[in-house]
Amino acid sequence: MLSTVRRAVAGPARHQLRSAGLARLLSSLAILEQRNGELSTGSLSAVTAAKKLGGSVHAFVAGSGVKSVAELVAKVDGVEKVVIVDSAAYDKSTDSLQGLPENYAPLLVENIKKGGYTHVLAGHTAFGKNLMPRVAALLDVQQVSDVIKVESENTFVRPVYAGNAIATVESTDPIKILTIRGTAFPAAEATSGSGNAAIEEGADPKAESTVEWVSEDLAKSDRPDLSTAGKVVSGGRGLKSKEDFDKIMLPLADSIGAAVGASRAAVDSGYADNSLQVGQTGKVVAPQLYLAVGISGAIQHLAGMKDSKVIAAINKDADAPIFQVADVGLVGDLFEKVPELTEKLKSA
Amino acid sequence: MAMGKANSGGAGEAGAGSGKKDEWEDCTAAMSSLRILVPIKRVIDYAVKPRVNKAQTGVERAGVKHSMNPFDELSVEESVRIREKKRAPGGVEDICVVSAGPTKAQDVLRTAMAMGADRAIHIETAVKGTPAATDENAAELEPLTVAKLLQKIVAEEKSNLVILGKQSIDDDAHQTGQMLAGLLGWPQATQASEITFAKDGDGVQVVREVDGGVETLKATLPLVITTDLRLNEPRYATLPNIMKAKKKPLAKKTLADYGLADEAAKKRVNTLKVTEPPARTGGGKVEDVGGLIAKLKELGAL
Repeated sequence: MLSTVRRAVAGPARHQLRSAGLARLLSSLAILEQRNGELSTGSLSAVTAAKKLGGSVHAFVAGSGVKSVAELVAKVDGVEKVVIVDSAAYDKSTDSLQGLPENYAPLLVENIKKGGYTHVLAGHTAFGKNLMPRVAALLDVQQVSDVIKVESENTFVRPVYAGNAIATVESTDPIKILTIRGTAFPAAEATSGSGNAAIEEGADPKAESTVEWVSEDLAKSDRPDLSTAGKVVSGGRGLKSKEDFDKIMLPLADSIGAAVGASRAAVDSGYADNSLQVGQTGKVVAPQLYLAVGISGAIQHLAGMKDSKVIAAINKDADAPIFQVADVGLVGDLFEKVPELTEKLKSA
Repeated sequence: MAMGKANSGGAGEAGAGSGKKDEWEDCTAAMSSLRILVPIKRVIDYAVKPRVNKAQTGVERAGVKHSMNPFDELSVEESVRIREKKRAPGGVEDICVVSAGPTKAQDVLRTAMAMGADRAIHIETAVKGTPAATDENAAELEPLTVAKLLQKIVAEEKSNLVILGKQSIDDDAHQTGQMLAGLLGWPQATQASEITFAKDGDGVQVVREVDGGVETLKATLPLVITTDLRLNEPRYATLPNIMKAKKKPLAKKTLADYGLADEAAKKRVNTLKVTEPPARTGGGKVEDVGGLIAKLKELGAL
């Protein structure tokens, strides 16, 4: 009943109604990611999604030396409070038990209970996917994953079946644990924000992690980050080899300042790194321009890129499914067309 | 060797030297023999493009090809390889596959046994006279319920390693393994692309796929692992193995057997509506590279 009324009240009026009547009741905690004292600005999407709920928005960040991260987050518009836990136990390093779900989940549970939050949001990233379901289980709550739209405080929209169906779901749990799709909620601005939130120490239950973090091997690149890039050029099986992938795709990417992505076929064949895979089981991207080169357009690949603003495709098979979603398609041999395209873009 | 750690006091003395049981307990003192539980799910085949049903309650499942969730095939394959390649120092004592779903879920359990699993447990979710009996979408258990069910099965089967797929390709929730680990209080290694066992003891090293690359973790048994695509290449079940799998034990259970009938009926997240995504239509083709650039500029993409 209440929710029907709320839905009927539109725009600013609805916002007012919320801040007057519900701010007290509804409070959200946005979980932010950081590494080595650097905020992952993409994780500020959780703040954007939290703001859509109405009610107060707190941000949470943990790790060693997170005070500087907290000061940055405090300026983000709409954040009322930043809860921090300054402890190396929540970092990743080789010499301690750190930042792993085994100790991070109890940390969050403690702070969620302490703050009495009704909604907890994190990005549907490797970090969020690994951590939040463990938190949800500890709170006896059914998480809602990969939310693309907040309809009300208990109703959310999420893609299922590789994005071939869109489900509207209603959570009846007292605490809503949500992971959100970053491309559906633009990150709240950290630098130009006008906010002035209080920074507060959170609870630290000091749970031990039974897992030891050994090492990591991250692909280094000067190109834009795939998940948040404005332009993405993506290569598939048609590239034939790693050498050709690098020779054809990298100059193309550099000519327009794009991130590089790949289809599963290209990754499986070793043409490109796993972390570049775009699709249902890889990264989901929604750039201004997605240029698919030598990619047929399987369901699983489309799941990761079909919300791109403009899709372009170069493929020698005129019947490739990618052309059914591409705003502009060019049928031709990528080994001729792409170098020509790169040259023309460079000289433009 | 440390004798009979699992026994207490005189019982261990009494049993000394008398056969198989003690040998097994000897092993556990140093390294656990693996009892692997592999939860699998029957889903619409990955190659089928799902269609939303007319009632907008889910996708059309009647008459649509179903198969084992691809990530679960990786879990079964990995379990079988751990045994075949003798990768675990304590050996593999048991590989049990489990699936909760309608009667047809038994098909994927048979497939898993044809791939090399020893036995199967099927938990029937569709009960006659309920909507679940006619609508498979309504019979779906929520990940938290599945995790609670698996927690009970782990206890009953004395599993010390659970290998799940990282996500099912229908609900795309990416939750069950982590929830199970949380409920059990066990460590978790999600999105595994490589699993290595220590030469002795219960140590397991897992390489995980993360944003931007990979990371390596060390944990000890008991452990929950979820599989990523790069872990292995699942085998095809051969005809002789499919025939043999028909004779392997398949236990039939219900949610009530695990005290979870009420939990399953209580939907925490209700699906209000399922719709088709907004359709994209191809914008047509251009003749040459010049045309491509012109069109992209016109669309504001360059």
